[in-house]
Amino acid sequence: MSKIDIAVVDYGMGNLRSVSKAVEHVADGKSVVVTSNPALIQQAVRVVFPGQGAMPDCMRELDTRHLRDAILHAAANKPFLGICIGMQLLFDHSEEGDTAGLGLFRGDVKRFAAHQVVNNEKLKIPHMGWNQVYQVKNKQSQAHALWQGIADATRFYHVHSYYAAPLDAALIAGETEYPNRFCSVIAKDNIFATQFHVEKSAQAGLQLLRNFVYWKP
Amino acid sequence: MALAKRIIPCLDVTDGRVVKGINFLELRDAGDPVEIAKRYDNQGADELTFLDITASSDNRGLILHIIEQVASQVFIPLTVGGGVREVEDVRRLLNAGADKVSINTTAVLNPQMVQDAAARFGSQCIVVAIDAKKVDNQPFDWEVFTHGGRKATGLDAVKWARYMVSLGAGELLVTSMDRDGTKIGFNNPLNRAISDAVDVPLIASGGVGNLQHLVDGVTVGGADAVLAASIFHYGEYTVQQAKKYMRDHNIEVRL
Repeated sequence: MSKIDIAVVDYGMGNLRSVSKAVEHVADGKSVVVTSNPALIQQAVRVVFPGQGAMPDCMRELDTRHLRDAILHAAANKPFLGICIGMQLLFDHSEEGDTAGLGLFRGDVKRFAAHQVVNNEKLKIPHMGWNQVYQVKNKQSQAHALWQGIADATRFYHVHSYYAAPLDAALIAGETEYPNRFCSVIAKDNIFATQFHVEKSAQAGLQLLRNFVYWKP
Repeated sequence: MALAKRIIPCLDVTDGRVVKGINFLELRDAGDPVEIAKRYDNQGADELTFLDITASSDNRGLILHIIEQVASQVFIPLTVGGGVREVEDVRRLLNAGADKVSINTTAVLNPQMVQDAAARFGSQCIVVAIDAKKVDNQPFDWEVFTHGGRKATGLDAVKWARYMVSLGAGELLVTSMDRDGTKIGFNNPLNRAISDAVDVPLIASGGVGNLQHLVDGVTVGGADAVLAASIFHYGEYTVQQAKKYMRDHNIEVRL
């Protein structure tokens, strides 16, 4: 069997077709497989970990499919892109259904506060739509490699009611305002994860995916 | 605040073609759905909505096929509605490449389905579409209609909106039947009443005839997104022109 370049993890949650089609679109013919098979995830050169829906269901479906070990292995060893719930699941805990996450990173996933008013308009939840993402530079004042070719404060498509609050500020590679700044991107070593939907963020999202496909962390 | 108001071209699809009606009737052909979707994406549309307006069982497969084709080429959010009856219909549409599914008649006939779908797939992908019409014979201003606007329900549109959000709707698509296809502007009092009554985003629909109507939909009606069909389909305006106009009127847009 030929090598799998990019595995998109399928645990029954969310619109995987959108993710795989967007990755294929920028993958220059590299093989992209949507799979719930731990062995295939283990073999893949890169792993995309998407997710939509409620966090308790996502954790349950992951475990039902025996994917926890394969994901932790990928997150420790190869270029790994988390998207939306796929970012939130990397943390210790979520307020959504009081759910334990995979525990790779310290911190809590919190709900946007209800009943906030900004400029006389009610703050809607979910936070839904195109919002600007401010790139956070590392200690060496460098933007992350996956921001290459993407201007600071470019708009990406967000849709979520919860956001991750990492304890370690050094994890933060991007922030969005709603109405306060929250962490919308984390990066560490071989891991990059976004709260927004790169696969639905038009040219900016495709550029980020393209950067991921060629990323050498 | 930096969150952009969205412009959403709407594609009414029947028999594999995009059409446009007036007051829900008199259909006129507007072209091929995949080509039109690509054109709007290139113009900077923030999302696309597809409504399967015949939605009989025999053309179900057709809309799935269209969504699959669009989702392979257009990388912005896609909402699909029309004839969504069961949780299984939601799953099929999401698997075909839809990001959100719009539920209208079924929400009235079987509200439990909205709750089940939101619990299964998350509120973020469940849009409840409300077709509302001004009425004089009820203790409220706007009544909910179903079956493509043919059946009155006796429901107060504002109360109904609140109930749907309580069941898990993540967004509301509010269409004024009085305004649909008339080009005289959104029903802003209706939209404002609903937008103020709920916490989820509201998409205003029905009645856009010029770019000022889009601005008014946001500033007067309180819409988070504005949906339009005919002004874009027949080339009167591009999506980009609409966004520039909104930006020039101090509305945040993605340009």
